[in-house]
Amino acid sequence: MPEIVLSLAILAVLVADMLAGGRRRGLNAIMACIGLLVAFAAALLQVGTEPVALFEGMLVLDPFGIFFKLFFTAVTMVIVLVVHPYRELSERYHGEAYVMMLGTVIGMMLLATANNLLMIYLALEMTSLPSYLLTSVLRRDAKSSEAGLKYVLFGAAASGAMVYGMSLFYGMTGSLSIESLHAVLVQGGFPTGAMLVATVFVLAGFGFKISMVPFHSWTPDVYEGASTPVTAFFSVAPKAAGLAVLLRFFSSGLSTVEDGLRQPFAGLDWPFLLAVISAVTMTLGNLAALKQNNVKRMLAYSSIAHAGYMLMGAVLLSDSGLQAILFYLVVYGFMNLGAFLVVIALSAQTRREDFEHYRGLGWRMPLLAVPMAFFMFSLTGIPPFAGFVGKVYLFRAVIEQDLYWLAFVGILNSVVSLYYYMRIVKTMYLDDPGESPLEPIRVPRLHTALILVMAVPTLILGFRFGLLDRLSSYSLRIFTGS
Amino acid sequence: MLSWLTFSPLLVVVPILLTPSEKKNVIRWLAVLGTVPALLLALYIFGSFDRSLAGVNESAGFQYVIQKDWIRSFHIQYYMGIDGLSVSMILLTALLSFLCIFASWGIDRGLKGYFTMFLLLEVGMLGTFLALDFFLFYIFWEIMLLPMYFLIGIWGGPRKVYAAIKFFLFTLFGSVLMLVAMLALYFKAGHSFNLIELMSFDYSGETVRLFGLTMGFAKLMFILLFIGFAIKVPTFPFHTWLPDAHVEAPTAISVILAGVLLKMGAYGMMRISFPIFPDATLWFSGALAVIAMINIVYGALCAMAQTDFKKLVAYSSISHMGFVLLGMASGTTQGMNGAILQMFNHGTITAMLFLLVGVLYDRAHHRDLDGFGGLMSRMPVYGSFSSLAFFAALGLPGLSSFVSELLTLLGGWQTYPAITIVCTTGIILGAAYMLWTLQRVFLGPLNPRYADLPEINRREVFTLVPLAILVIVLGFYPHPVLDLLRTSTNHLVDLVWETGRVSVH
Repeated sequence: MPEIVLSLAILAVLVADMLAGGRRRGLNAIMACIGLLVAFAAALLQVGTEPVALFEGMLVLDPFGIFFKLFFTAVTMVIVLVVHPYRELSERYHGEAYVMMLGTVIGMMLLATANNLLMIYLALEMTSLPSYLLTSVLRRDAKSSEAGLKYVLFGAAASGAMVYGMSLFYGMTGSLSIESLHAVLVQGGFPTGAMLVATVFVLAGFGFKISMVPFHSWTPDVYEGASTPVTAFFSVAPKAAGLAVLLRFFSSGLSTVEDGLRQPFAGLDWPFLLAVISAVTMTLGNLAALKQNNVKRMLAYSSIAHAGYMLMGAVLLSDSGLQAILFYLVVYGFMNLGAFLVVIALSAQTRREDFEHYRGLGWRMPLLAVPMAFFMFSLTGIPPFAGFVGKVYLFRAVIEQDLYWLAFVGILNSVVSLYYYMRIVKTMYLDDPGESPLEPIRVPRLHTALILVMAVPTLILGFRFGLLDRLSSYSLRIFTGS
Repeated sequence: MLSWLTFSPLLVVVPILLTPSEKKNVIRWLAVLGTVPALLLALYIFGSFDRSLAGVNESAGFQYVIQKDWIRSFHIQYYMGIDGLSVSMILLTALLSFLCIFASWGIDRGLKGYFTMFLLLEVGMLGTFLALDFFLFYIFWEIMLLPMYFLIGIWGGPRKVYAAIKFFLFTLFGSVLMLVAMLALYFKAGHSFNLIELMSFDYSGETVRLFGLTMGFAKLMFILLFIGFAIKVPTFPFHTWLPDAHVEAPTAISVILAGVLLKMGAYGMMRISFPIFPDATLWFSGALAVIAMINIVYGALCAMAQTDFKKLVAYSSISHMGFVLLGMASGTTQGMNGAILQMFNHGTITAMLFLLVGVLYDRAHHRDLDGFGGLMSRMPVYGSFSSLAFFAALGLPGLSSFVSELLTLLGGWQTYPAITIVCTTGIILGAAYMLWTLQRVFLGPLNPRYADLPEINRREVFTLVPLAILVIVLGFYPHPVLDLLRTSTNHLVDLVWETGRVSVH
C-alpha cells in the first residue's frame, strides 16, 4: 500500500538527513523521490482491484480513492524536484520540508479514502498540521510567521466546527460511519433542522481545505507568506483532498438513488447550498484577483475561483459532474503547477513577485514566457488549451441538469478572469521592456524541464483528451458499501 | 484536401522559426510560400465546385467532405465540408491572406513572431469557414483570438494594449455565450455536435427555466448565439471594439479584420443560427432588420464625423455590414444572395481601402484627413487606385458593391419597406463622406509638406491590382460569385422561411 511506502520513505529521509548532516541535500531529495515513485507505482498496482472496505469500514479502496492517491503522489513529486535546486529555502530545512510534505501526502491519501467521520477528522488534521509548519518554518520572516499563525487559527476554528457537526451526526445516528449515517437517513424521520446544521458544520471543515467562500480568507495571506514551492503545493494537493472527501461524503452519505437518479434527501437541500457557494466562490475569487499587483496573490485568488468552478460539478449528483471534477483537477494540476513553477523560477533570484518584474520577459526569456502564456490561456479556458476542455466538461455537466443560471455565472467569471490572466501576458509581451533590470536569470536545467513537462500536456490535452476521459470515468466508482 | 487547405499555412512555421532573425527577406518569402498552397487549393475549388448542390442542411450536398471521429466519448467529429455559403468566403480568405503578407513587408520588429501568428490566424479563419461540427467550429473560432490579440497588441499603434484587450474581452464574452448554447444544443439534440444533425431537430416545444422565468429554448439559444455572432459582425451596440482595434492594428491586420473576421459573424448566423432555429429566426428577423438599419445609418454618420482616415474606414465597415444584415433579415433569395455577395465585395473593397491608408501612413506617418490635400497631383497612380476604391465603397453603378447593395435593398424592400427606405439613406451618406474624404485628401492645392512624397511602389501596386480587378469585373458581371452561392441560398431561404412559417402557425 502506498501509505506504508510513504511512511517508510519518511523514515528514510529523516535518517538520510541526519547522516548527511545538511551537507548533501541531494540525498534527501532522491530518497523522497524514490519513496513517491514507489508509492505511485503501488497505487497503480491497486488499479483494477474490486472496491473493498478496509479496517472495519474506516477506509475504503475504490477507483475514486486510487485516482486521488495517484494525483497526490505525482503532484508532490513535482514539488520535491522543485524544492531541490531552490535557494529561497535555507538548505538546512530541506530534509524537514520533504518529511512534512510526505506526511501531508499520507494525510491526504487517508482523507480521500476515509469512510468514517472519525477517520475523516484524523486525516484532515494529519493533512493540516504539517501544512502549518510548512507555511511558517521554512522561511524566517514576519510575513510567513503571520501566515502560519493565521493558517493555524483558521484551521483550528474550521476543524472545531467540523467536529461539532460530526458530534451532531453521531448524536442523531449513533454511529460515525458514513454508511450507517446513510442508512438512518434512508429510514427517514430524522430532525431536518439539526441535520442541516450538522451538514453545514461539517462542510466548514471541508471548505477550509478547498478554500471555498466563506472559509477562504486565509488563502491569500498563506499563499503569499509561504515560500513559493510550498504555495504551489497548497494550491493543488490539499484542495484536491478537500474535494475528494467532500464528494465522497455527499454522494455516498447524503444522497440516495431514486429512479436511477441520485437525489438529496427531502429537507436536506445541500445541492442548492453548494451551488450558491460555488457561484459566490468563483465570483469573489475572480473579482479579488483583478486588483492584485503581486502575481502570487493573484494566483491565490484565482485558485479560489477555480475551486468555485470545480464545486459546480459537485452540485449535480451526476456522474458527468463527478467526472468533470476529476478531469478538471488533472488539468488544473498541470496548468496551476506550471504557472507557479514559472513564478518560482523568476522569484528565486530576485525574491519579488509583482507584475512589474515580468516586463519584457517574452523577449528576454522565451523558454519561460511561452509556457507561462500557455498556462495563463489555459487557466482562462481558451481553446486549444487543456483548461478549455476542462471547463467544457464542467459546463456540460451543469447544462445537462438545466442549471442555466450557474452556467451563466461560470462563463461570465471566465470572461472576468481573462482580464487578470492576460495582464501577465500583456506585461510579458506587450509592454515596453524599458530600463527594467536585464540581469539574466539563471534557471536550473531541471526546473526548465519541469516547466516544459507541465506545458506540453497543457497544450496536448486541449486536442487529445480521450485517455484522460477514460481515466476520469473509470475513477468515478465510489465504494458505497453495498 | 480540406485538411491541407486549412493547415498548410503551418507547414512553414518551423522553417520560419529556425531562420536566423537577420535574414528578414527569407522569413518574408517563407511566409508568402505558406499562404500559396491555400490560395491554389481555393482556386482549384473555385474551378471544380459543383454549383448545383445546395448543402446547408443536407449532408449529401457538401463537397470535399472530410469526416472522422475525433473524441468518441464526446461525439465530437473532425467534420469539414464546403457548400455555397462557405465557398466564396474561402476564396476571400485565401486571397486576402496571400496579399496581406506583401502588405506586411514593412514590419520590422519580431518578424518571426509576426508571421507565425499571422499564419496561425489564417488557419483559424479557414477552419471556421470549413467546420461542420459545432465543437470544431468553436475551436477554430477561438483559435483566431490569440494571434489577433498579439498581432494588435505587439505590432499595433500607440494605444495597442488597450485596443487588444478590448477586442479580446468583447469577443470572448460573445464566444462563451455561444459555448453555453452549444452545450445546451448538445443535450437537446441527442448528444451531437454535428451541425447537420442539429438542424434536423424541432426545438419549438422546448422550454428553459432561468431565474424563475420560463422561456422558449429556441429563442434563448438564438439570442445567445446572436450576441456571440453580433459582436464579431459587429452590430450596434456591440461595435465599440471595432474602431479601436482597427485604428491600432497594423495595416495587414486591419485588412484581415475587416476583410474576413467581420464576415464570420454573419456567416455564423447563416450557417448555425438560421437553419437550426428557423422559427426563432422568423421571430427575430424584424429586430434584425432594425439592427441592420441602425448599423447602416449610425455607422455612416459616425464615419462622416471622423478625421482619422482609418477610423473612417472602420465606421464605414459597420455601415456596410448593415446591408449584409438587412439582406439576411429579409428572408428573400435576392436579399440572401446580396448578403453573401456583399460580404465578398466588402471584403475586397475594405481591404483596398485599408491597404491604401497603410500606403499613405507609411509615407506620411499620420492619418489625419485634414493634414493632406492635393495628393492627386503628386501621386497619380495612388490617387487613381484610391478613387476606384472610394467609388466602389460608395456603391457607384458599374462597380461591385452597387450590385450587392442593390440586391440586399431589393430583398429588404419586399419584407420591410419602411426600414429599407431608411437604409437607402445610408448610400447617400456613404457617398457624402467618401467624396468629402476624396476631396480633402486628393484634390485642392497640394500641401507643401508632402511635395516630395514618393509614389506608390510596385509591391504595393501588386497587392491592390487583384482586388481592383475583382471590384471592376464583379461590378459588370457578378455571376462568377453569384453562381457559387445561388443554390445554397435558395435552399436556406426555403428551409428557414418555409419551415419557420409552418411551425409558427
